[in-house]
Amino acid sequence: MMLDLLHQIPTAFLFFLAAGVILFLPHGLMRNTVMLGIPIIAAFQVWTLGMGEFVLIPFFGFDLEFMRLDRLSRIFVLIFCLAAFLGNLFAWHLRDTIQQVAALAYAGSAIGAALSGDMISLFFYWEGTAIASVFLIWARGTEGSYWTGMRYLIIQITSGVILIAGVALFYADTGSIAFEKMELGSLATWLIFLSFGMKCAFPLLHNWLQDSYPAATITGTVILSAFTTKLAVYALARGFAGTEILIYIGTIMALFPIFFAEIENDLRRVLAYSLNNQLGFMVVGVGIGTELALNGTASHAFAHILYKALLFMSVGAVMYRTGTSKASELGGLYRTMPKTAIFCLVGAASISAFPLFSGFITKSLTLSAVAHEHYTYIWLALVFASAGVLSHSGIKIPFFTFFAHDSGKRPAEAPLHMLLAMGITAFLCIFIGVFPNFLYSILPFDVDYDPYTMEHIAGQLQLLFFALLAFAIIYRRGLHPPELRAVNLDTDVIYRKFMPSVLSYIAFVIFSLFKGTSSLLKFSVIKFTSKLHHSHGPDSPRAASWPAGAMVISIAALLGLALFVIFFS
Amino acid sequence: MANTALVAEHTARTLYDHLPLLQVLVPFCAAPLIVLLGSRRLAWPLAFVSSAIALIISVMLMMSVREGGYISYTMGGWSPPLGIEYRIDATNAYVLMLISAIGTVVLPFAYVSVKDEIRSKDHSLFYACWMLCLTGLLGMVATGDAFNVFVFLEISSLSTYVLVAQGAARDRRALTAAYDYLIMGTIGATFFVIGLGMLYMATGTLNMADLADRIADQGANRTVRSGFAFIVVGLGLKVAMFPLHLWLPKAYTFAPSAVTVFLSATATKAALYVLMRFIFSVYHPDFSFTTNALEIIFLPLAIIAMFSASFVAAFQINFKRMLAYSSIAQVGYMLLGIAILTETGLTAALLHMFNHGLAKALLFMGVGALVLRTGSAFYTQISGLGRKMPLTCGAIVVGGLSLIGVPGTAGFLSKWLLVQAALERVAENSSFLLVSIAIVLSSLLAVVYVWRVFEVLYLREPDPNSTATEAPLMMLIPMWILAGSCLWFGLSTDFLYDIANQAALGLLDGSMGMLDSNEALGVK
Repeated sequence: MMLDLLHQIPTAFLFFLAAGVILFLPHGLMRNTVMLGIPIIAAFQVWTLGMGEFVLIPFFGFDLEFMRLDRLSRIFVLIFCLAAFLGNLFAWHLRDTIQQVAALAYAGSAIGAALSGDMISLFFYWEGTAIASVFLIWARGTEGSYWTGMRYLIIQITSGVILIAGVALFYADTGSIAFEKMELGSLATWLIFLSFGMKCAFPLLHNWLQDSYPAATITGTVILSAFTTKLAVYALARGFAGTEILIYIGTIMALFPIFFAEIENDLRRVLAYSLNNQLGFMVVGVGIGTELALNGTASHAFAHILYKALLFMSVGAVMYRTGTSKASELGGLYRTMPKTAIFCLVGAASISAFPLFSGFITKSLTLSAVAHEHYTYIWLALVFASAGVLSHSGIKIPFFTFFAHDSGKRPAEAPLHMLLAMGITAFLCIFIGVFPNFLYSILPFDVDYDPYTMEHIAGQLQLLFFALLAFAIIYRRGLHPPELRAVNLDTDVIYRKFMPSVLSYIAFVIFSLFKGTSSLLKFSVIKFTSKLHHSHGPDSPRAASWPAGAMVISIAALLGLALFVIFFS
Repeated sequence: MANTALVAEHTARTLYDHLPLLQVLVPFCAAPLIVLLGSRRLAWPLAFVSSAIALIISVMLMMSVREGGYISYTMGGWSPPLGIEYRIDATNAYVLMLISAIGTVVLPFAYVSVKDEIRSKDHSLFYACWMLCLTGLLGMVATGDAFNVFVFLEISSLSTYVLVAQGAARDRRALTAAYDYLIMGTIGATFFVIGLGMLYMATGTLNMADLADRIADQGANRTVRSGFAFIVVGLGLKVAMFPLHLWLPKAYTFAPSAVTVFLSATATKAALYVLMRFIFSVYHPDFSFTTNALEIIFLPLAIIAMFSASFVAAFQINFKRMLAYSSIAQVGYMLLGIAILTETGLTAALLHMFNHGLAKALLFMGVGALVLRTGSAFYTQISGLGRKMPLTCGAIVVGGLSLIGVPGTAGFLSKWLLVQAALERVAENSSFLLVSIAIVLSSLLAVVYVWRVFEVLYLREPDPNSTATEAPLMMLIPMWILAGSCLWFGLSTDFLYDIANQAALGLLDGSMGMLDSNEALGVK
């Protein structure tokens, strides 16, 4: 009976309901219970509901489908629920109503969007994620976060506006608003594609991500990292699976953030770049579009949300205790934060795809799918990108935070609820890695795949260990400059010596190009606005009070025009 | 032509059958009654009760014609086309409902605001003028006689000039605003009556339905055509069609708050209704000059208005004046809907008329409440009041969102329909794609100017010396009634959509002519 009732409510509304309820609860246990309970209830509801389409609501002559549950949407909804649970647990200490309501509304919108069977309700939720999430950035309360939030909001809302424009055109073309697979070709589908791409942080549309995530609150970043981009991946998988251009977009996405991540000092920004790079793998999977590839994308999204959240949590916990996330100011923290350090290492091992960790069993699905379709160069690029991941996320994050040179800081271990949240996440990362069949069983398509073959493991370990070696050599050099000159003039060494400077030069060129274009844009926007102000501002003739005579002239002119048109037609 | 099965015949014998007349008569009688009683205390209750009665009547009328058909009511037993006929169909019942609903909701708000802004010795005369204005607006919508439209137009206009001039107690500039409005309004009305004269010359009748029949029979000659030009320009002035809008910002800015609320939501809408009537029912879109006038004059001017006025609004530093300019832009949307000339376009225009009426009345009430507490509508004076007047500012937020057209508010539906209407015509004329893009882009401008208000109210620090407190309940209740309806009509879309669609279909059918109505008996 209760279950039937529960099944009548769209999952997203459960979250909105909870967001309303906690307004009336005091801070503390009761409120936190609701915050943690609702994702569990939601996951339970989705798990027991079975496949199909539920909750149709007539709206303006359209039927809105609020609950389209199939295997593709289910895995995303489940991981969103899980992420909401972990994020809320991590934020147990928080006494900020705005952030709590925003977190619930944000998770609810993302889940609602993943369950939307038509593009109008998708649009509602799409904008919902934008509006709810910006409060997580603003909640930090600094001047910088205010402007960052504004930039973020403008981009996200623009994405929604482009989406609805595309939907309107799509409806005009086909008479349907159903959210199904589309073919690129018409203006409508390109607009929709662009809108998804903005949220997915396609190259050149990606800047909001690195701009905003590091600017959010400690707990806000954990929440933010889970939803928006993965929702976009879901939308692409639903609408544009098998679109070839995505393969190339995804490859560029997987490659270019590596350079930025290497030179970045703020560890949360490093993670934001690495998030972008991970999205590249998923986008490639969508672009391949075979069953194996889509399984790869979905499972990668699942695992990725977990280990990325884990990394953000551990850096967040450090920031909570020390007040900074800058690599240059951290180091040697393993002495007093050993548990956090271990969890961070688990996250790092997962993202680097060490065997027995979650990244290994999911990334290999995508890579196998690429190899299957014989995209050799793409495959090579992705392997290179995997090595990059290891270097900037797998090593850089834990190493500079917990080891490296001793910063002299001796912060206390992270608080219990944070440890708990990290512990559960770390457990899941390992669990998935060791027992892949659990995750494989809820993927969109049936899986017949064994990641633990000899060649996989050997190949992956080779890659990982050589990347580790490379890092070790570079690092030792950087630390002991005098020793540098003493090293033999090996060709290999010369190559490695130039590599970082070449890379940073490339990064610099790209960066300056981008900066130049954007400041040019900014400049022309300012100039345009001031011109507009001159012509339309409060002191301009258009806003002035006109004398009666001038008004009468305008009447005469219009009458003349009207007579002219009417007589001669 | 008319589908006879749809035509409802009514024999006016019971009170129920006199509703079309009572609709206008009740406020009309209230006006002299207020003056004769001369009591300051009774003026407001009388005005409120008669507005409420008018609202009830309009709802009853609406219910009886919402499925189509019309009620013909003849004055004094003279059957049309000789006598004056009131003719109620879905279209004008819809507008009557809007006008009387806003008129009723505004009055409790006006009670406090008028006490604050107008000298107490003028109160009873003020409400008498208010009632006359309401009479005029209802009359010009209800009547089916072209000359009668002019008479009621003048009744409403003359009383409006007086109402606007009442702002002089606060700011002397209200006098010049009213004066300018008077000159412009009189020119508009004169053009209108010149146009009617030409029509009368060519056809020898003034009954709208009869006019339509005769124009259809004899075709359009030069006289009929120039009549059209005069009527369109004359009414365009009343509608505040760009570039005939210049009277509006001043009049709205300097009029007393309550008057601005009332006028913004009703006056331009009633004139717009009359304009539609003349374009679609008296003349007919089948005439090439009608279509050309719509496409060559209305369409570009509407789009220019959407942008030009929105830009001006975006740079304004006075909340009230900003809303006035936004009204001009929003009138652009409605004219655009008409100029698109399809069922969807007209439905969008009619829906937007209603939704914009709700949102604008709500926002102007918000301004009125802020003015009551701070004495000014300049952004510098009202900054940071979001925390001191949460309920007022909350209502302003709802109104602002509806003005932008955020999904879930009433404003979304009409803008969505408008875009849809423009897209429907892309197939035959690809330039309509640009029109639809223009609609979306100008909505972004609405985001800009509405956001400025939100920023002023919520993100700026309040003046530490300010003693502003929450607005009185008499103001909050009407505001939240409107805010609630903005949300309600945004979520429950069918009711309004069906009515507006029915009204649009009625308009596109053209006039039902004099068929059958000769048989409708007048009152003895």
